Amino acid sequence: MSAPAIELSDVWFAYGDLPVLEAVNLSVESRDYLAVLGPNGGGKTTLLKLLLGLLHPARGSVRVLGLPPEGARGRVGYVPQRVQFDPDFPIRVADVVRMGRLRRDRMLRRLGASDREAVERALATVEIAPLAGRPIGTLSGGQLQRVLIARALAQQPELLLLDEPTASLDERIGTGVWDLLEELSKSMTVVVISHDIGAISRHVRTVACLNRRLHAHPSRELTPEILEATYGCPIDLIAHGHPHRVLGQHEGGPR
Amino acid sequence: MIDVFALPFFQRVLLAGLLASVACGVIGSFVVAKRISSLSGGISHAAFGGVGLGYLLGFDPMLGAALFGIVAGVVIGLAYRRVRSGLDMLISMVWAVGMALGILFVALAPGYAPDLTSYLFGSLLLVPWKYVAWIAAVDVVVLAGVGLFFKELQAIAFDEEFAEVVGLPVEVLFLGLLALTSLAVVVLMRVVGVILAIALLTLPAATSRQWTRSLPPMMAGATALSAACTLGGLLLSYTLADRVSVSAPPGPLVVLLAALAFAVSSGLQRLRARPA
Repeated sequence: MSAPAIELSDVWFAYGDLPVLEAVNLSVESRDYLAVLGPNGGGKTTLLKLLLGLLHPARGSVRVLGLPPEGARGRVGYVPQRVQFDPDFPIRVADVVRMGRLRRDRMLRRLGASDREAVERALATVEIAPLAGRPIGTLSGGQLQRVLIARALAQQPELLLLDEPTASLDERIGTGVWDLLEELSKSMTVVVISHDIGAISRHVRTVACLNRRLHAHPSRELTPEILEATYGCPIDLIAHGHPHRVLGQHEGGPR
Repeated sequence: MIDVFALPFFQRVLLAGLLASVACGVIGSFVVAKRISSLSGGISHAAFGGVGLGYLLGFDPMLGAALFGIVAGVVIGLAYRRVRSGLDMLISMVWAVGMALGILFVALAPGYAPDLTSYLFGSLLLVPWKYVAWIAAVDVVVLAGVGLFFKELQAIAFDEEFAEVVGLPVEVLFLGLLALTSLAVVVLMRVVGVILAIALLTLPAATSRQWTRSLPPMMAGATALSAACTLGGLLLSYTLADRVSVSAPPGPLVVLLAALAFAVSSGLQRLRARPA
């Protein structure tokens, strides 16, 4: 199987009159670990939803694992950014993670031993096995993030898509998530959307910058020119305190 | 007091109420957890249009109610995932159109006008054996549907987007859930009427949710509470008539008891959350 994990060619998308993506081309090899960064409203979440088949491009083609996105359903793990569900919903952690095992062709079947095993392994991977019986309404933000990652891992995906997985976490827990993603990227393709430029510079293999148009880079090295082209505002980045760790950082730098 | 249970009519009425509690508790839990109570309100009021059509064309009004309820559920359900912003307007429209059609159909029906209050506020005491059998049949359909597709229905109730991502037929499942909701509403129409159905569907489930941590016990609790309120309402109605000659229909009493249980439960939850 040498088909790229993701292949976008000349993809355009707009919400009504508001253009979001223009002429986006992207090819992601299998087992790559790609970060997509860019400003709010730059189209990052839209890009993920196109890959998931939740949205459809106005023009261009989207192929995921060599198939149209709908055909790859179930093989693509998804960790959404915002918690879309009601925290009062009466459900336990293990029930949520088990949702990763659901498929159209398993609808009338009970979950079996292999499903239970996948759920247990997913819980263990993100180190929340002791929380399995907890109602989700009692979890902290960091724990909930891990539940959502575990749910995606229970899918046993070939491609894992994560939307701002560290946005609501403090730095210490966030670092744990980045370490986890690095580990996962050894066995699957990982695409992560993030604002966390510092973490991206330390962990991922390739970077793409997205602000309506996509600038892909074969390495994780970010130059001021690339960031300026994406954000149009490098000063804003400096104000966040990241540039010294990002700009000009090379392999073997301090972690 | 206890000999009321020996009366055949009371046994029939009680059985109808208890059977209705099953559909009510199971479906009500989904309605509360998925927060589609206004949607369900639209369905129950639209169902009244079917009552009118039944009178006009001379078939069983409850059958008409089920038909209209399911059609309203499909209309709102198809719009639900497409027109997020205008949804509340659409629900209000379906709600009002159903009621308007019902009243119009009844007015156009030949002969003298039937008493509509029994559909608007329930007429549990007059429930015939035929409807007791219908309620039991609805229970079977609801339990079979929810039993077969529980994990999928739970998934679409909890996080539709993720259900879509793993490849579940989200829209079909949702329309199925709304069809079951329509059936539950029609059953409740007989107990407490169109106007109070949504209250009995949601209050016991909302109360049960405060004390349970997953859907199956929430459903069991909602069913038990709904049954308790039905029994309480019937006994209260009987006692008022027997002791003080006040004729109070059981439907509103059932709903008031359910509301009281919710209020008491919420109070206890607040006490529990604030340790002394």
